[in-house]
Amino acid sequence: MARPPHSRVPLVLWIPAVVALALVVLPVVGLLVRSDVARFPSLLISESSLAALKLSLITALLSTVACVILGVPLAVVLARSRVRGTRLLRSIVLLPLVLPPVVGGLALLYLLGRKGFLGILINALTGQQVPFTTAAVVIAQTFVAMPFLVVSLEGALRGSGDRYEQVASTLGARPWTVFRRVTLPLLLPALGSGVVLSFARALGEFGATITFAGSLEGVTRTLPLEVYTQAEVDVDSAVALALLLIVVAIVVIAVARPRSFEGGFR
Amino acid sequence: MKKLAIAVAAVALLAGACSANDEASTSPSSGGPAVPSPAGSSATGTLTVFAAASLTESFNELGKEFEAAHPGVTVKFDYEGSSALVQKLDNGAKADVFASADQANMDKAVQGGVIDGQPTVFATNKLAIAVAKGNPKGIKTFADLNKAGLTVVVCAQQVPCGSATKKVEDNTHVTLKPASEETDVKQVLAKVQSGDADAGLVYVTDATSAADKVDKVDFPESSGAINNYPIAVVKDAPQAALAKEFNDFVLGAQGKAELTKIGFGPAQ
Repeated sequence: MARPPHSRVPLVLWIPAVVALALVVLPVVGLLVRSDVARFPSLLISESSLAALKLSLITALLSTVACVILGVPLAVVLARSRVRGTRLLRSIVLLPLVLPPVVGGLALLYLLGRKGFLGILINALTGQQVPFTTAAVVIAQTFVAMPFLVVSLEGALRGSGDRYEQVASTLGARPWTVFRRVTLPLLLPALGSGVVLSFARALGEFGATITFAGSLEGVTRTLPLEVYTQAEVDVDSAVALALLLIVVAIVVIAVARPRSFEGGFR
Repeated sequence: MKKLAIAVAAVALLAGACSANDEASTSPSSGGPAVPSPAGSSATGTLTVFAAASLTESFNELGKEFEAAHPGVTVKFDYEGSSALVQKLDNGAKADVFASADQANMDKAVQGGVIDGQPTVFATNKLAIAVAKGNPKGIKTFADLNKAGLTVVVCAQQVPCGSATKKVEDNTHVTLKPASEETDVKQVLAKVQSGDADAGLVYVTDATSAADKVDKVDFPESSGAINNYPIAVVKDAPQAALAKEFNDFVLGAQGKAELTKIGFGPAQ
């Protein structure tokens, strides 16, 4: 695990690296410069922004849990199973990463909406409609965030190889024991980064949510949707909310950073 | 090394895109000398029109007619929410004409100093209820929207169709309980079309232009919330002369005919 002795980065990489960093940092600086700092407190504690922040945190948390429950097994299957077609499966799993979020929202609507085949089934069984509910927000966020978790975990599993698991099974461990005692501990560092990434992505989800879940204060209007709605009338307030979103995201990443985050992408 | 090459190519592409953009934004102003055309127009080139999303269908038609009457002229449209367009203008976007879906956003543009001269109201719009084909839920009045078990979608109060909705609610003392407040009237229409909403409050014009997919229910209370559509020439318009002509064209007989066809009311 020891790192190699300090190696120097070739000078030629510094220029694009700095440009890349500027591309991320400068727009945020632009937002800061444009913002009306004096009015921040009053802009942020309005009832609708607090409702949006609360809803965002709750739904992002729920969808992260869903990502873990569903994504960990999926990553293990993709990395370890020898079933034919896992290559194809892997590219399908990545689809939400490249799909425009609005397309994702439409797809969810056509599946779970009132005229979608699963939506019809759910309605027949429970009398409930999925769109326009908080559950729809969580589904949309899980849809877009899960690939981040699966990719981090699958990469870690492939990187570590399956020697330990093979040894464990030759020593007589059953598959479930191997998973619990060998695979899961191997996954833990990457799980940390995957969880942070998917939480952050869920927090920023916009397109699929507004298309599939709608936008109603306290029910489906998360922070990104509130920013969009506010931008229609009061740009200052939208900028303040946007900065709040950025602060929350940075806090999340910083808090969850310990070792696991850096360990995830070796 | 391969990765580096890709990175360099990406940066070059980025840079190229930026410079291409610069050219595009400067070329109209440095366009050649004005050549009078047979139709009596004073200029050729590309006219950029920023128009509210609800004008899409009618302005597309008007653009074609204007091009036909002005050989050598291409009309380009940017259809978005009125406030998004004002923000673009504020941030230095180059446009020749701005048509807003409400007075409030035109006022913002005037205050922001991006409008040349006085805006003129060229059309009015009002709300209608969009429902599924055949109106299966039997919605006939505005108050019907409050019937139990209906999923109703409206515009958020922050956008013009939403403020009109609020006005009707205030006038009729009927408070709706919407399932969602969309930021765009077309999103409301989309949710009625997909069947996820039973009814949506949209403009008469939106319901008319989607007549093959939704039915329109007019209600008398909608005349208590009329939206004005003002049009104006943008300050420092790259094609100022053409902009003025397009402005007059929309205000003239041909413009009126095209707008009426889709359900817009006359300026009051």
